[in-house]
Parts: sequence; C-alpha cells; structure tokens
Amino acid sequence: MASATPRPVRDAIQVTVNGQARSLRTPPARPLLDVLRDDLELTGTKEGCSVGVCGACSILVDGRLMSACLVPVGMVAGREVTTVEGLAGPDGELSRVQRAFLECSGFQCGICTPGQVVAATALLAENPSPTADEVREYMTGNLCRCTGYYSIVRAVLSAAGTSATGDAAKEPA
Amino acid sequence: MLLFDYHRPTTVAETAALMAELGEDAELLAGGTSLMNLARLGLAEPAHVIALADVGELGGLDATPDGGLQLGATTTIRHVETSPLVRGRAPGLAEACGHVATVRIRNQATVGGSLVHADPNQDLPPMLMVHDALARITGPNGDRSVPVAELFLGFFETVVQPEEILHSIVVPPPARGFRAGYLKFLPRTKDDYSTVAVAVGLTAEEGRVTAARIAVAGGGSTPLRCTAAERALVGTIPGEATALAEAAALVREALDPISDARGSSGYKREMARVCTTRLLRRLGTEDAG
Repeated sequence: MASATPRPVRDAIQVTVNGQARSLRTPPARPLLDVLRDDLELTGTKEGCSVGVCGACSILVDGRLMSACLVPVGMVAGREVTTVEGLAGPDGELSRVQRAFLECSGFQCGICTPGQVVAATALLAENPSPTADEVREYMTGNLCRCTGYYSIVRAVLSAAGTSATGDAAKEPA
Repeated sequence: MLLFDYHRPTTVAETAALMAELGEDAELLAGGTSLMNLARLGLAEPAHVIALADVGELGGLDATPDGGLQLGATTTIRHVETSPLVRGRAPGLAEACGHVATVRIRNQATVGGSLVHADPNQDLPPMLMVHDALARITGPNGDRSVPVAELFLGFFETVVQPEEILHSIVVPPPARGFRAGYLKFLPRTKDDYSTVAVAVGLTAEEGRVTAARIAVAGGGSTPLRCTAAERALVGTIPGEATALAEAAALVREALDPISDARGSSGYKREMARVCTTRLLRRLGTEDAG
C-alpha cells in the first residue's frame, strides 16, 4: 500500500518576523530563540534561564506572549513573530511602552528589559488600562534580578495612561 | 540534541498512521513547554516529533448540549482560563487554570499536554477530578473514555497507551448547588509548582452537603481523590467547623507525598490538611454559582 503518512517537514519554514516575510532553512526542532539570535541576528531577545521561567526571551506569536526558548521554530511556520526589535515604528520612533520604560527608568542593568517591554506590550493589547495588581499578576513571569520592579510597574501604568501614583507606588500587600 | 524530524499531520488519522509507523522513536508535541525542556536536558531524545498544532479536531473549547464542556487536548490553558463559557459553567476550572505558572506558559501549555505529562503537581488534574471529568482517548481500536481520576498510574505515567492519543476532556454539567474552589500552597514563588494544592467541589441542597469531591496535587506519585474525606462531608452543613476538621484530617491521612525541595513529606501532609480546612471554610460561605 502506498504510504499515507505525510513526510517530515524538510522545506524552508515560512514565517513573518517583525513584519518581514522570512524563509528559514533550518531544522524545525531548533528553539526559535536560537534562530532569532544566531540566524536572524535579532539579539534583542535574550537568553536567561532557557527553561521558560525567567521571561528574558519573551516574544509575541500572533500577538500572544510566549517563551522563545520553548518554541521549536517549526511551530511558528505560517505565523507572525514579533520581537522587541519589531515594536518601534517604521522610522524608529519608540512605542508607547518603550517610551514609558525610558521615562520611568523601568530598567537597571537592562538584560530583562526586552522581555519586560514585550510582556507589557502583550498585556496592554489585552487589557488597555490595567491596575497595578493586574500588571504584577500578568508580568509575574518576567524576572528582574536587579529587583527594579516598582519602576517597571510604574512604566507599564504610565504607558497605559493610568496614573502612576497611588497603589502603584506602594509595596504589594 | 533537538535535531528530531518534525511532522505536521492535519488529522487524527494521519497522526495515528505516523505513530504506528514511527513507534517508540516518536513523541507527540502539543504546546512544547514540557517536551522542549525534556529534550534540551537530554531526558527525551525523540528521533521524530509529531506536532499536533495543525490537527484541528484536537483543539477547540465547546459547550456540550447537556450544559457541560468539551476541552480539546491542544486547547491552551490560557484559553480555558479566559473563556467566558468556562467561567459560566465551571468557574473553579478557570480559577485553577489561572494558577498555572505564568501567562506566557499558559499561552503555550495545553490541557492535554498537562495531563499526559502526568507530573503529580499539575494544577488541572485535581480540579478536573472534582468535576468528574472524563478523558476521551482515541486509539487503533476506537475511542474509550476514562475518568480523569483514573488516568494516572505514577510519576509521569498515565493509562494512555503509546499508540493512543488523548483527544479531549469532557466536563459534565455541574449538579444544581455545585461549587468548586482551588487552593494552591506556594511558599516559594508565584509561578512555582505547588508544595501541595487542594481542589474541592461541594454540592449542597437545603443547607446540607449531598456530594463532595476533594482532590490533591503534590500529595503522592499521582494527583488523587480523597474519597474517605469526601464521604465524611456528606450530610453535614457546608463550612461547619467539626465536619470540615474531620474531613481535612482524613485528607492528611490519605496522602503519601515525597520529600523534596518544596517540603518534607510530613510538612506537605500537614499543609494539605490546612489548605483543605481553609478551602472548605471558604466554600461554606459561598453560594453556588
């Protein structure tokens, strides 16, 4: 009988990265993180823990927040990937979230910042005016080893146009 | 490592044919949160990975005509958590889903993946058990249905056979007067696996418990129901102090957790008692939804 089973994927993987169509000839099992950084030279996405915990490699796949270290590149065939490099406008003008992180000093050493900015972008797309508690809840998975969390929360609230006073300035209960 | 062949079937029949052809060399890939980690650590070294993302019939989240829910195996945990349908028909299930790791992981991890991975600390199994949920498993000899309470055999082991696929989970319509809740004890970080976690479902009529379900994650080599504690609650007043203390003590007796970095065996058993007490107290003051 003729084999009815489809053959493994060997064709180039077609994916849109930051609005650009890309054709990737690479093993589909490779983590998207490695492909972004090593093949596409998009080094804004950082490698931290490599096991989906720290959030340094946060990216958007069809607008949904994911860990690039846990996504095999084959999984994003036909889908749209956004990295921190894709958030600024066409002329390089920073996004609302990026501007707010600058204005509120929402970073210290900077290694977690791309992931924080991508996660905050995903949050505001789902919930345009979150409370400080909702920001903390949503961004629980984005670790800042400098522990600069207060200014990160303030930056997200500022990007949302929510006042950064009141409960945002207080320690969490 | 991580150089497996990658297959993208689009139907369950194609998936089954690939599984038959590739046998033990193949692993199924749903969200990837477990398999990618295991592969990277060298704990799984499949030559072939069969990705389920394009198999439409394994996805979805639907209302069943009788008032219950059907959750496709590849439905993400975030989808279940945020679904108005789930919040309406099984709010306890949405609550438990909201406790899984982080939003980022919930966007990727799936219902089916979290069940067949069979880590005894997972959040969904105890909550599905208190809903009397059924796992629909499809294989070469047709479909079979197994209560989620009977799905797990041991650490990382289920009754799903190598040639079978977990197709979907069916959550029956809750009885009138049913309410459910989840309490996850997290002494370390919010995105951690629990030290122990307790799910409770109570059905009450005219001020008396007519049916109870209690299930625990992290209390042994599998998530498990505590049937002696359930029986002790039937006929009591919801939230009544003596009855809930007795039930909570029976939960402690039913468990045999391993000692690990999240706590000693004795500590976990005691915290399961405490969590059961608190949850029963909470549910005793809540009206059925």
